[in-house]
Amino acid sequence: MKNAIPILTVLLALVVIWYLAAIGMNSAWVRDQAARAGTELTTTELVKQTLTLERPVLPAPHQVAAGLWDGVAGQKITSKRSLVWHGWVTLSATLTGFAIGSLAGILLAVGIVHSRTMDQSVMPWAVASQTVPILAIAPMVIVVFASAGITGLLPKAIIAAWLSFFPVLVGMVKGLRTPDAMQLDQMKSWSASGGQVFWRLRLPSSMPYLFASLKVGIAAALVGTIVGELPAGASAGLGARLLSGSYYGQTVQIWAALFAAAALAAILVIAIGRIEGVTLRRMGLVR
Amino acid sequence: MKVLKLERHANMLIGLEALAGWLAILVTGLLISPKLAPVLLVWLCAWIFNTWLARFDTRLTRFLVALIFGLTIIALWEMIVRIYAIPPLILPAPSRIAASFVANIPLLWGDFVQTIVKGALTGWILGGAAAVLTAIAIDRSPFLQRGLLPIGNFVAALPIVGIAPILVMWFGFDWQSKAAVVVVMVFFPILVNMVAGLAATDRMQRDQMATWAAPYGQSLWKMRLPAAMPFLFNGLKITTTLALIGAIVAEFFGSPTTGMGFRISTAVGRLDLPLVWAEILVAAIAGSLFYGIVALIEKKVTFWHPSQRNQRG
Repeated sequence: MKNAIPILTVLLALVVIWYLAAIGMNSAWVRDQAARAGTELTTTELVKQTLTLERPVLPAPHQVAAGLWDGVAGQKITSKRSLVWHGWVTLSATLTGFAIGSLAGILLAVGIVHSRTMDQSVMPWAVASQTVPILAIAPMVIVVFASAGITGLLPKAIIAAWLSFFPVLVGMVKGLRTPDAMQLDQMKSWSASGGQVFWRLRLPSSMPYLFASLKVGIAAALVGTIVGELPAGASAGLGARLLSGSYYGQTVQIWAALFAAAALAAILVIAIGRIEGVTLRRMGLVR
Repeated sequence: MKVLKLERHANMLIGLEALAGWLAILVTGLLISPKLAPVLLVWLCAWIFNTWLARFDTRLTRFLVALIFGLTIIALWEMIVRIYAIPPLILPAPSRIAASFVANIPLLWGDFVQTIVKGALTGWILGGAAAVLTAIAIDRSPFLQRGLLPIGNFVAALPIVGIAPILVMWFGFDWQSKAAVVVVMVFFPILVNMVAGLAATDRMQRDQMATWAAPYGQSLWKMRLPAAMPFLFNGLKITTTLALIGAIVAEFFGSPTTGMGFRISTAVGRLDLPLVWAEILVAAIAGSLFYGIVALIEKKVTFWHPSQRNQRG
């Protein structure tokens, strides 16, 4: 907790910079309005007006906070203006896709560790795929599924699954390979079967790697879902909220959706961190 | 000797087991749809050949195995599309994608220059430079480091792509807004890595510099910056993909009439999927090249680092 004070200081500095930037970036518009109305503005009035615009270039932190509060608590949860509702749409697709993608990644990793052919065939492509902006396929997946009559959760979940699949695969292969020759020899001298080596040595020692890659995977899954909500026609989800905000110049709405997405990402990553902590502690692998 | 023989028996058994498994897949596949026969046959042949090839485990055979696997996937894709007459509106065959790629080379090149060179590369260089300078600046203040690093780590996990609509509003539709998105996306991962790198010298090395009475500038330039290079390049390599993603996704929010993201979204709208796939192919090639070039520079710069010595495969 000795980091609390530095972190708070930096955050405070960021908020101050944000306010100054908001005043600076919005002042041109305010001055313009005043000149058109033929009125002179005092500095206090100028500052006051820049921080209360309806469609500011950069909304001030308190405006974003108000927008966020209004979206989370000010609406009925079933309302289309509720951020909780949009967040749930995004979250459900993210979690579905993440579950599919990480499960597939883990299974394939098990196969790769046990089959040299699979290792040499699949691994180079899995590693290379991380240098490729896979996210670019998102709009196509959405449209192709829509033309087949499938909309809603499934296409987005597939993008999320695809994005979380590769990090989990690569991390899990690395994890399953951590036992060194000495440990493997030890298992052999106990004449352990292949299954025993896997369940009692490889799988437990892969856990730290698995959780590290799950964190990367769920963040990627969320980004994938949000981008999957961008193509025209999507009306639900945080991505759609971003897009409609950018169409209608509703900057406060964009920022509120952005912060909601950030909060969602933080909650997901922290949740996995918690599960990681509990699991590793029960396994005696406390760090 | 006996042990060796036993092991060979075991290997053969495993081989037989695997073969039985593959035969089971073959039979079920045929029961589901007899039309799949050639697909399964090609798959099985390639797999058996790869299994045989994988035993040698040299650099060349490893490369060949991966290559054969990739080619097999493409061949199977082509066969499945043709056998089942899948309409190109859903999944175009690789041959059609290749044809579209060749036919549209000038168009694709224009999109590549607009998105990758102007948007992604400019943003990546600016963001990387800003991150390195920030890291050096906060390096002398442990207070700022303890404050900025957790925030940097946190921000690196957020869906930063979401700021694209805001930056497109601020900087207009052209490549400047895409470069701005890329700057924000690559800044924090590079910053976190660079700060870790600047802290990577050990006490003995620092004491040595102090013994020589080296001023701050010299010890930074001659000791700590070189020591930070492996970390810096780690960050630079991670962010090559992020840069491309940022530049492409930002174009979904508004762009001039060129650019890969623009082309993907409009071609999807016209259901011209071969062109979309060609564009994705360009993105894949650009991504691998970008990463490869950075890795190559890393090899030249950090030739002294253990991870660069005696590399295998």
